[in-house]
Amino acid sequence: MAAWLVRRLAASIAIVFAVATITFLVVHIAHGTPCGPSEARPLAPDVCERQRVRFGYDQPLGVQYVKYLAALSRGDMGESFGLHRPVGDALADAIPNTFALALAALLIDFALGLALGIYQAARARRLGDIALGNVALFVNSMPVFWLGLVLLLVFAQWLRWFPVGGIHNPVLCPRLDSPYCLLDFLWHLTLPALTLGLVAAAGTARYQRAAMLEVIRQDYVRTARAKGLRERRVLLVHALRNALLPFITLCGLAFPFLLTGAVLIETVFAWPGMGRLAVSAILQRDYPVVTGAALVTSTMVVLGSLIADVLYAVADPRIRVRGA
Amino acid sequence: MSLWNWLALGGAAVVALAAVAQIRRRVTAAAAGRRFFRHPTAAAGLFVLAFVVSLALAAPLVAPYRPFVQIDITRLANHAPSAQFVLGTDPYARDVWSRLVFGARISLGIGAIAMLVAVTIGAGVGAVAGYFRRWVDMTVMRLVDVGLAMPRIFVMLMAVALWEHIALPVLVLLIGLTGWFGTSRLVRAEVLSLREREFVAAARALGAGPGRVIFRHVLPNVAAPIIVSAALGIGNVMLLEAGLSFLGMGVPSPAPSWGNMIADGWPKMAVAPWAATFPGLAISLVVMALNAVGDALRDALDPRKETL
Repeated sequence: MAAWLVRRLAASIAIVFAVATITFLVVHIAHGTPCGPSEARPLAPDVCERQRVRFGYDQPLGVQYVKYLAALSRGDMGESFGLHRPVGDALADAIPNTFALALAALLIDFALGLALGIYQAARARRLGDIALGNVALFVNSMPVFWLGLVLLLVFAQWLRWFPVGGIHNPVLCPRLDSPYCLLDFLWHLTLPALTLGLVAAAGTARYQRAAMLEVIRQDYVRTARAKGLRERRVLLVHALRNALLPFITLCGLAFPFLLTGAVLIETVFAWPGMGRLAVSAILQRDYPVVTGAALVTSTMVVLGSLIADVLYAVADPRIRVRGA
Repeated sequence: MSLWNWLALGGAAVVALAAVAQIRRRVTAAAAGRRFFRHPTAAAGLFVLAFVVSLALAAPLVAPYRPFVQIDITRLANHAPSAQFVLGTDPYARDVWSRLVFGARISLGIGAIAMLVAVTIGAGVGAVAGYFRRWVDMTVMRLVDVGLAMPRIFVMLMAVALWEHIALPVLVLLIGLTGWFGTSRLVRAEVLSLREREFVAAARALGAGPGRVIFRHVLPNVAAPIIVSAALGIGNVMLLEAGLSFLGMGVPSPAPSWGNMIADGWPKMAVAPWAATFPGLAISLVVMALNAVGDALRDALDPRKETL
């Protein structure tokens, strides 16, 4: 187990390192300098040269690469071209917001997806299962950002139950320091989290239903039923325990989806997270911010799958034996 | 919409129905075909796909206007759905229905071509890695790990940020080039077990080189998972294209794609919800049909996994 863990950890670090190298190389091959493509950044030649020197783009590629890696190991991702602050600071402001959104979406995803999957498996091939299955497939096929727009239209514009965007009321609640402001934050969080959560839950339900059905066919479930246990207990205690294993993998898989979806959802709901930061950075050709966001996102994806693997090994002894 | 457009629309539906019926008749002779159509939503999904494809092909007949024509910007912008404009007009006074029909060409085309690129690369790379094993496998699979770690939308966004104007073919190629990692893993796993089978040893004993063994003997036996991942992949590409176009970094505007139609309609969502709603519905419907067909294909082509 320990050797496996070390190997898995080393592989994860190698992947993150490779991602850092690739993003660095791509940006430099394409001349992602502060002078940028001339159309997006019309600069006088002398200004351009001064900026190049200021951000260190006049040095040889190898020197820049070593400096970049050295800075990265200290957690320094360079200086933004346009924000007048280090990329790390800008990301540090945005990441908690993205995390809050992803976490809320994950909660909705798991709660709803699990419940739906179990319900469908219990009523497999009956009307309720088929109807819900098709609804789930439809929701799972929607473009996330479009569902966000539709929810926005219905619940914010027509019904006026929720705000149209943003993360808090800027006048009454500039920061999270009172119970009222916490409520205000949750009120703003509801629609974006629901959008992401619903689409993810539709996918989770499909997997969970299949996993439950796989388990229900097994002998020990038949034994439990034969003992005269109630169906509810058989499903929720006996079957669910083993049907939860694929669920752990699903958590790892949900992570990339939520982070990718966040890029679009944050734009729709004006949510000041990492995705929105990255999109606005791209429009301004602020390469350090773009690469920083890409690197952080990739790291999170790698971390997510690492955690899922470890949890899986903890939960299922069979994997541990095979992996060690 | 004129009578002719309605007739053409009906014609497209009839053609789609006929196509599905024809496929069904041809295919049900084999066990796999019967399994495919036993799936509850397979026939419906196939019909939706056939219908949308025939609409896209017959776009000039079905659409009353050219997709980029601004009919009357002062009086007909944001016009509600009516007999003349079945799905209304968008904020630039263009007929949403016409754009939807012509947009099907672009959205479906991008999905199909990018997926073709991705599946070809994925199958090739996966087969080579699985067949040669050792260092080839090691190198390639580590590369795939890295590729899977970078969220696709970020890779695309970086590319868009670096190269000012991305021409449509380049965009399609890029989407394809960033989409093969999953397929290659799948194919590699299959090839790893196939290469140990007797027929592969027989082919090698007869003097066939690696190229011949891989393409003539091994890959045809991996066709099933490749086809399934292709069907599911087109949907993913369409969603990705929609997302990129929505951010204004995909298909540039006067050309209609379902993604940039949503982007165009978005600012006027409160006044003219139809302009952004219908393209989104179209994407959802087609992706759902692709998923349904993909699921049915998986059940049909892989009899080991009994339909749940």
